[in-house]
Amino acid sequence: MHDDMYRRIQASPHFQELVSKRERFAWILSAIMLGLYVAFILLIAFVPELLGARISPDSPTTWGIPIGVGVILSAFVLTGVYVQRANGEFDTMNQAILDEVQK
Amino acid sequence: MIARILTAIGLLAVAPALWAAGAIEGEVQRQPLNTSAIVMFLAFVGATLYITYWASKRNSSTSDFYTAGGSITGFQNGLAIAGDYMSAASFLGISALVFSSGYDGLIYSIGFLVGWPVILFLIAERLRNLGKYTFADVASYRLGQTQIRTLSASGSLVVVAFYLIAQMVGAGKLIQLLFGLDYHIAVILVGILMVLYVLFGGMLATTWVQIIKAVLLLSGASFMALMVMKHVDFDFARLFTEAIAVHPKGEAIMSPGGLVKDPISAISLGLALMFGTAGLPHILMRFFTVSDAKEARKSVFYATGFIGYFYILTFIIGFGAILLVSTNPAFKDAAGALLGGNNMAAIHLANAVGGSWFLGFISAVAFATILAVVSGLTLAGASAVSHDLYASVFKKGKANEKDELRVSKITTVCLGVLAIFLGIAFEKQNIAFMVGLAFSIAASCNFPVLFLSMYWKNLSTRGAMIGGWLGLITAVTLMILGPTVWVQVLGNAEAIFPYEYPALFSMAVAFAGIWFFSVTDKSVAAGDARARFIPQFVRSQTGLGASGATAH
Repeated sequence: MHDDMYRRIQASPHFQELVSKRERFAWILSAIMLGLYVAFILLIAFVPELLGARISPDSPTTWGIPIGVGVILSAFVLTGVYVQRANGEFDTMNQAILDEVQK
Repeated sequence: MIARILTAIGLLAVAPALWAAGAIEGEVQRQPLNTSAIVMFLAFVGATLYITYWASKRNSSTSDFYTAGGSITGFQNGLAIAGDYMSAASFLGISALVFSSGYDGLIYSIGFLVGWPVILFLIAERLRNLGKYTFADVASYRLGQTQIRTLSASGSLVVVAFYLIAQMVGAGKLIQLLFGLDYHIAVILVGILMVLYVLFGGMLATTWVQIIKAVLLLSGASFMALMVMKHVDFDFARLFTEAIAVHPKGEAIMSPGGLVKDPISAISLGLALMFGTAGLPHILMRFFTVSDAKEARKSVFYATGFIGYFYILTFIIGFGAILLVSTNPAFKDAAGALLGGNNMAAIHLANAVGGSWFLGFISAVAFATILAVVSGLTLAGASAVSHDLYASVFKKGKANEKDELRVSKITTVCLGVLAIFLGIAFEKQNIAFMVGLAFSIAASCNFPVLFLSMYWKNLSTRGAMIGGWLGLITAVTLMILGPTVWVQVLGNAEAIFPYEYPALFSMAVAFAGIWFFSVTDKSVAAGDARARFIPQFVRSQTGLGASGATAH
């Protein structure tokens, strides 16, 4: 039922722009998240003593603590960054495209 | 006694996926009857049954039953998703791991968390824009309905079955530990309550049960972490110094221990956790309970926040238990082991920081957690049978709503009976591998088909079918030949397949199979499927034509 409209949207340069922008953004953020996690796993597997090293000689806190908590926080921050842009900029572009074809 | 602790530690070491959602493992001792916990639990049951009654009056269509009419907000859904993830086993299991090995507990909780951002970036909005009730709606969007729905429903039901067994056995063990009640009472009680929630309240009640539990668990855990930090004057350095001083492993608790043995196992586990989450039917169906892609994105944002916060709390709670529980002879038996095993670390800490009523509260919340998770699983299983198998495969999409709803309700009751039966049958079995297996199957069968149906134009029905089944079979076979089943369950000396987690290999098989049998598929149907990619792609990107919220 929407088939004709889908083809018109597909042909729209605005749609192409939205898709390429959003896809690129999503893949970059995924790569950052996966990269951080894989780096963390490789640290554990190959240089665990680095994570077990004390940050300063007089504190028991090891580098592993801020790095581990950092990975958790980065997951939250990255989702926040994506939602902020997707629900703002991208959704506005999306609405404009829909308005255009439904005129 | 020492042998039992060693067994418990060994089980923790080999089955990390268990903690995310699985069961309480190993032998448990039945504890004395815990009245305050039972009273608190009854209060929870009363409140949730009232919600079920309230939800039942708004529960008339299939859309209400499967997706709460799309009326859940992003924030509520985020809490519910977090609730699905924060199971009793992850609360008790991860804090127990921190208690016994320190830093390793943090490593595993990170593995469970990092899948969520990737789900958001790559899957959430397309899923919401394309699907209606189940993820099979999306996977079969432009492919052969009969074959793909059968495959997806089988994948869902297998995952749900393994997960349910783990949860039912966990419920039985937990009730012995926490309430001092009989194993069978727990299993039957859980079975009956989950059927009541799902049967009468549908998705609306299931979601609210999950939300209430998530709020209770987060508040309880926050309170415990706060009391621990108050004890050390809100100084992390002091928390760590005192923990190192009293822990038998000393300074080793501050660095990675031996839980991650080699990179292959670690990466395979990471893949199973990350992409398994993106293939769990009871998690995926939550994306259809919100009104649009905007709310779906928000739900993942909130869920990631709550889950991450929860894991940081369990880390503090584990260290708090080292300080306040391991040094207190009241929580130990004559041999110096923790009463009820290491999984009780968080429960004893609740007693230490909040007294017996708070202990009752935390015990009741831990048990409520299992109830909430099994309800979601039952609903996912029921919708796979009624929406995918009955309405789409058996009736070829011509079933009327009333019949479909009736089938889903009959399935709910059947699943309840089956769950009770399996819970009792598996009481004495080693079920450590089941949640790991569920994650691996979800990552190797459900996820590749779902992902490629949204991303890859040349996917054909034949490719998805063959590749999906290959992934499923490979995951199960390698799991059976691997150390968890071949050595620990079947008692052979040496594993035929050396790695605990098959995901790395079975996912590769699934993707390769789907690719090969799709590109070589020159049939007319494959051409049609390619032609339908453009409309599907536009809908997945823009949400035009997506099923929206139903007005009440």
